Amino acid sequence: MSLLSTEPSIDLDGACVDFPIFDAKTRSLKKSVLGRAGGRIGTESKVPIIEALRDISIGLRKGDRVALVGHNGAGKTTILRLMAGIYEPTRGRARVQGKVAPIFDLAVGMDPEISGLDNIIIRGLFLGMTRKEMEARVDDIAEFTELGDYLSMPLRTYSTGMRVRLALGVVTSIDPEILLLDEGIGAVDAEFLAKARGRLNELVERSGILVFASHSDEFLADLCDTAIWMEHGTIKEFGPLREVLHHYKGRDVLA
Amino acid sequence: MDDSTAGRERSAWGDAPGSRSWARAFGDLSAGWRQRQLWGHLGWQDIKQRYRRSVLGPLWISISMGVIALGLGILYSLLFQTDIKTFLPHVAVGLLIWNFISGCILEGSEVFIANEGLIKFLPAPLSLHVYRLVWRQTLFFLHNLVIWAILMIVFPHPLGWSLLLAIPGFALLAINGGWISILSGILATRFRDIPPIIASVVQLAFYMTPIVWSVDILSGNAAVRERAQLVEINPLYHFLEIVRAPLLGQEIVWRSWIVVGVITVVGWGVGLLCMRNYRARVAYWV
Repeated sequence: MSLLSTEPSIDLDGACVDFPIFDAKTRSLKKSVLGRAGGRIGTESKVPIIEALRDISIGLRKGDRVALVGHNGAGKTTILRLMAGIYEPTRGRARVQGKVAPIFDLAVGMDPEISGLDNIIIRGLFLGMTRKEMEARVDDIAEFTELGDYLSMPLRTYSTGMRVRLALGVVTSIDPEILLLDEGIGAVDAEFLAKARGRLNELVERSGILVFASHSDEFLADLCDTAIWMEHGTIKEFGPLREVLHHYKGRDVLA
Repeated sequence: MDDSTAGRERSAWGDAPGSRSWARAFGDLSAGWRQRQLWGHLGWQDIKQRYRRSVLGPLWISISMGVIALGLGILYSLLFQTDIKTFLPHVAVGLLIWNFISGCILEGSEVFIANEGLIKFLPAPLSLHVYRLVWRQTLFFLHNLVIWAILMIVFPHPLGWSLLLAIPGFALLAINGGWISILSGILATRFRDIPPIIASVVQLAFYMTPIVWSVDILSGNAAVRERAQLVEINPLYHFLEIVRAPLLGQEIVWRSWIVVGVITVVGWGVGLLCMRNYRARVAYWV
């Protein structure tokens, strides 16, 4: 959007994400619950609210490769969606500059009835490419994904791993400036994973910002150098990957 | 842009417009429009999808519509004892325009709910889903136009240059499809009781609007002549007329065009206001 700065950046300033839960009974949620999992459930208003993210302030610049760690429901996916611009903060501010490519749920935006090739085009269009640009990249993606003739088959014939290959192939082919990866890309075989790592690494070197939520320490260590530890919808710690993982796990996992 | 929140945000963060600003609302509409390759493709896909692996494919749209139009046209022309040569085209053309209108309203109320997955997982302008919906309905309408062409061959009508008015007439219908989808889509996403309410109102409106009956026939009956004129207060009647009259070579009533024009402006005003205030909330509500 901005013509002045071409560098990709993510700025969150006191950003909050509050989900109204319309179908929950207010009465049963009268007591504020603060458990191990999930964000805080606020009860001030009539409609119960889940404070999925609270007071998030962070600035990411070009070259940042950030791991997102935390328990289930700590807000990892929500902060990724905030960075993708899917959620606009209910309080506070968020500003994201640069071409964002999210890989959240690999099934979404994929039509099982049409061919892998058509899905590549549609995915690309969703990520802001034109049809021509995508057609020029199809060969490259076909080579990277090693799907070959399968690309002309309907997507429903693909295994989970093949779908992951396809999605990764598209995203890594379009030179995004900000790459947001949510866990769940573990369904590929080891050989392809090595290849994907290589390509993701290359991509992050070449441009922009990577934010990667995963429970795989090994994978995180490979792609990231800093980490955000999310807990109960807030940032508990932000610093070098090894240090944050040490505190999060209680032991130095990367030793 | 003039509320205090937006003002405060501007002062702290340069000139970045806040979530509830006209700039963001219009920005969404124009960003969606720029992605017309995408929604153009998706709209076609929606149609092809429905008839996948069937031998006749999208031709089924025209066939199923044709069967209903023929059946209702014959039934009602027998019931009203009218000339089938004029009444059948009246019913058929009315039905296919109605199909577009009701499609925009009914699917409009589900437009964001149905696209929950896309909205939550891929950043895209909200208007993208609206354009896709109106485009899909337009493609349905164009398929159904075959029925009109066949009827004009079987029952020749005095078509003149006024036929061309069907094009701006339909364009107005499509433009109105935009605000109605935005408005009902946003409301229905927040209040899930809206879609069934809209569905029953639309069903009722089908009978209130002269589609399977006509004002002309009732005007011949002195007892109901005055009551038939009440149809003028039904806005859907005017939407129907601006396309139906040119397609059937009937006299152009400018009053209908004026009514539709006013509704277009007011409707988009309300739709844009809704877009400005609640655009950013939709992702939270779906």
